[in-house]
Amino acid sequence: MQQNAFSSEPIVSLRDVQKSFGPLKVLDGVSFAVDRGEVLAIIGRSGSGKSTALRCIDRFEKVDGGEIVVCGHRVDRPDVNLRALRQDVGIVFQSYNLFPHLTIEQNIALAPCAVKKMATGQAKELARKVLAQVGLEEKLHAYPEQLSGGQQQRAAIARSLAMQPKVMLFDEVTSALDPELTGEVLKVIEQLAADGMTMVMVTHEMGFAKSIADRIVFMHRGKVHETGPASILTSPTTPELIQFVGTGNLKS
Amino acid sequence: MSIQLDFPAVLERWPSFLGGAVLTLELAALATVLGALLGTLAAVGRGTHSALIATACRIYVEAIRNTPLLVQIFLVYFGLASLGLKFSAFTVAVAALTINVGAYTAEIMRAGFEAIPRGQIEAAEGLALSRVQIYWHIILLPAVERVYPALTSQFVLLMLASSVCSQISAEELTAIANYIQSDTYRAFETYIIVAVLYVVLSLVMRAGFWGLGLVLFPRRRRLGTPL
Ligand SMILES: Nc1ncnc2c1ncn2[C@@H]1O[C@H](COP(=O)(O)OP(=O)(O)O)[C@@H](O)[C@H]1O
Ligand SMILES: [Mg+2]
Repeated sequence: MQQNAFSSEPIVSLRDVQKSFGPLKVLDGVSFAVDRGEVLAIIGRSGSGKSTALRCIDRFEKVDGGEIVVCGHRVDRPDVNLRALRQDVGIVFQSYNLFPHLTIEQNIALAPCAVKKMATGQAKELARKVLAQVGLEEKLHAYPEQLSGGQQQRAAIARSLAMQPKVMLFDEVTSALDPELTGEVLKVIEQLAADGMTMVMVTHEMGFAKSIADRIVFMHRGKVHETGPASILTSPTTPELIQFVGTGNLKS
Repeated sequence: MSIQLDFPAVLERWPSFLGGAVLTLELAALATVLGALLGTLAAVGRGTHSALIATACRIYVEAIRNTPLLVQIFLVYFGLASLGLKFSAFTVAVAALTINVGAYTAEIMRAGFEAIPRGQIEAAEGLALSRVQIYWHIILLPAVERVYPALTSQFVLLMLASSVCSQISAEELTAIANYIQSDTYRAFETYIIVAVLYVVLSLVMRAGFWGLGLVLFPRRRRLGTPL
């Protein structure tokens, strides 16, 4: 696996990570690293362990073996400072998970106020700023249910951004959306990439992965089966990736 | 057959009725607030990772839900007395009603907690909120909003059930009625008035809960949709 020779420490690194759910081995020696400012796309069939790998980074799953270092936090250790880790990592899920009883502004301001003890006025200012970043300023005082799926997902991204994470994790954030709404979310992520945000994203949008990812990790049966620059999507070498990109997954 | 009703003879005691009604409302209000707190803590306790705490909360809930309120009141009353502790009938009544409604509240709140989608809790964890912050900001109000009708019915029921506190001579509405009817020999009239007063108290409580709901659930107030 290749690493950027110019940066000292990767933001995220997994080394030989093992994870089972009962008898089911879901991650079988997964290793990859993400440098600052890099965009890594994890692709693969459903059930290949993509979400589990992503969730291990933010310690939503505890690993059975191997080493995970994220922004200097030893995530695989039981004594990891979870709240410090999660201030450095933003995560966005397929199902948005906005808090339904709070306005968009309150959704965004909550963590900065509660976790970082930011003053209310300052947090509201911040909410306005990150909402502008995702093009949703006018929804500041709306409730989540008043937004379309694409808008909710953009608001969820804004909520994560408000914590100023050093790396963002995306788990199939457009999979729950109608095709005509995925574009607006992908555009936001594209802009983040252009702004230099470090990102790890699980995605089914091959065309998007190809255009934005610096590196691709293709997972198959709990292993990193093939990895390399985005060009591996157009010239895959392993039969599995050839088949995966060949079965209509590669739209552009 | 004709029924002779003499309300004026009984209504002379109107100030006593009113005093009893006010005391009943005070009992109910105190037990509601304290019981809501106790019940919510017990519901949280049942969901903790500590088996000891979870079991203790479970035993509390089951013990209360499977014994009569009157027996619970006597247990508190005589239990405290046998420890040499002297409390007023009112205090004992508040304590017993709190313990009683706390158990029912715990069951209702647990259902409310379980209705919170797992993903919302993960999103909150992902934002680095602490366990307590998640309960306070993410779980509590939506849980209450979902079970609000069941919860408020339980508290109104508690107010009505507080009539058994007359057995330990707490001077609430039913106890007052008992005095008055034995004084005036006008039992039917007395209990008709008492029944009407209980209906009024129920309506007062329901109106109060409706107003509280407007304050607690601004989203519902604005959009009118269920969570
Ligand atoms: N919490 C869990 N408990 C048991 N099995 C799980 C759990 N999470 C995921 N799995 C299983 O692990 C495998 C990999 O899941 P996942 O990482 O979600 O795959 P992907 O995201 O690539 O579709 C699947 O077979 C899934 O059923
Ligand atoms: Mg997945």
